[in-house]
Amino acid sequence: MKKASLFVGCTVPVRGTNYEQSFREVAKRLQIDLTDLSGFSCCGFPTHSIHRITALALSARNLALSSQSSLLSMITLCNACTENMTHTNHVIQHDPDARNEINRILSQIHLSYQGEVKVKHAMRYLYEDIGITAIQASVKKPLSSLRIAAYPGCHYTKPSDLYDHFDSPENPHTLQDLVRATGASAIPYHSSCCGGGTLGAKEDTALLMASQTLKSMKENGVDAIVVICPFCDVMFEQNQKKIEKLTGEEYNLPILYYPQLLGLAMNIEREKLGLSINRIKLDKVLAKIQPIQPENKE
Amino acid sequence: MKEALLYDQLDPTFKYQVMKEPGGEKLSLCYACDTCTLSCPVRVYEESYQPRTIIRLLLLGAKEEVLSDPMIWLCASCFQCQERCPQGVGVTDLMNAIKNIACREGFLPKSMKMQIELLYKHGRLLEIGDFENKKRDKQQLPSIKEQPEEIQRIIELSGASQYLPQESE
Repeated sequence: MKKASLFVGCTVPVRGTNYEQSFREVAKRLQIDLTDLSGFSCCGFPTHSIHRITALALSARNLALSSQSSLLSMITLCNACTENMTHTNHVIQHDPDARNEINRILSQIHLSYQGEVKVKHAMRYLYEDIGITAIQASVKKPLSSLRIAAYPGCHYTKPSDLYDHFDSPENPHTLQDLVRATGASAIPYHSSCCGGGTLGAKEDTALLMASQTLKSMKENGVDAIVVICPFCDVMFEQNQKKIEKLTGEEYNLPILYYPQLLGLAMNIEREKLGLSINRIKLDKVLAKIQPIQPENKE
Repeated sequence: MKEALLYDQLDPTFKYQVMKEPGGEKLSLCYACDTCTLSCPVRVYEESYQPRTIIRLLLLGAKEEVLSDPMIWLCASCFQCQERCPQGVGVTDLMNAIKNIACREGFLPKSMKMQIELLYKHGRLLEIGDFENKKRDKQQLPSIKEQPEEIQRIIELSGASQYLPQESE
């Protein structure tokens, strides 16, 4: 059994409960022992552009809590949390002045942190710590009829030097490999930033940014988009209708979080995967998946 | 059309201020190749958003021009420019350095101010109360309790409480 703390962040536990629920379900079956720490708060990312030290201290606090519970491995679900926490580790490991300043703040709440917790996005964890072979072995019902656009999002691979170059920032493949492990096809398309980071500053610009990628996915005939970040989901799923209105184009592309796709391939009961939370109807996608066979050859 | 920049209104020391800010250290490495602008997904839909122009303005010393421009907040932080920059300027980190300075100089946008207020109040960006926890319980997810006290301490100790409304201070 592998042990890690699960850092859900701010957005996932409120707006992405389907992501959280399905990840917990697949993690159980992949022998990942997840610990929730009640003190976890915001990762600090929202303050990064306003006040850098605040952002660093907020994430260092979460990392210190994980370390204090002897959990030196932390799994994150959101790309922004992953980036900010990993960035904080990098700063603490390489910049003594910042490390001192962060620890001066942490000492006031009786914590300290020296950069010892390894942070990994849940999908990177699946790819590196569980491995494609084990994931393939967990698949009971290959989703071979599904054409999927695997959309990892920016902060999953970038900045690549912070992430030990585990995946290519220009041609990311790890999420595609994870999609293929379920038996589904990973369809190529032209990918661009989802626009989530611009949404607060100028909505229409952000929506148009997302439209570019949706258009290419549609043209390439995908059945669904697989995302792994709640902000990509906000753009592609929660704003899809708005984008259609703005561009006059129809996409009608359902969204699945990767653990939901994997969960379907593992033959997990659908209600445990939070599929009813998904806003864009999944009927066509689910209809393409073979019904569960009563006789199991195992 | 924008008014022309006048040399006697520029602040030639501004670039040193930016280079002292974490993230801005490598500003002077830029040789203006334009890879950042050409890689920028925001620029596809916002013609006037051009990272290279922002860097040129910084180097010229157009302090007020850059810091007061709402454009700097359009950056999606996608890191595409940073990945592709042949000089390793760290353009996304530089944008964050500029935004940090802009806040200190009084140009904090309302949407960002709201975020820090939410964090101060809830310890998180999205509120979690009984309503949210009931929904979580239906999905067999563990209940989450807001614990903003330590977050408030960090915001105060780090100096970011200057951006909160007066009454919370």
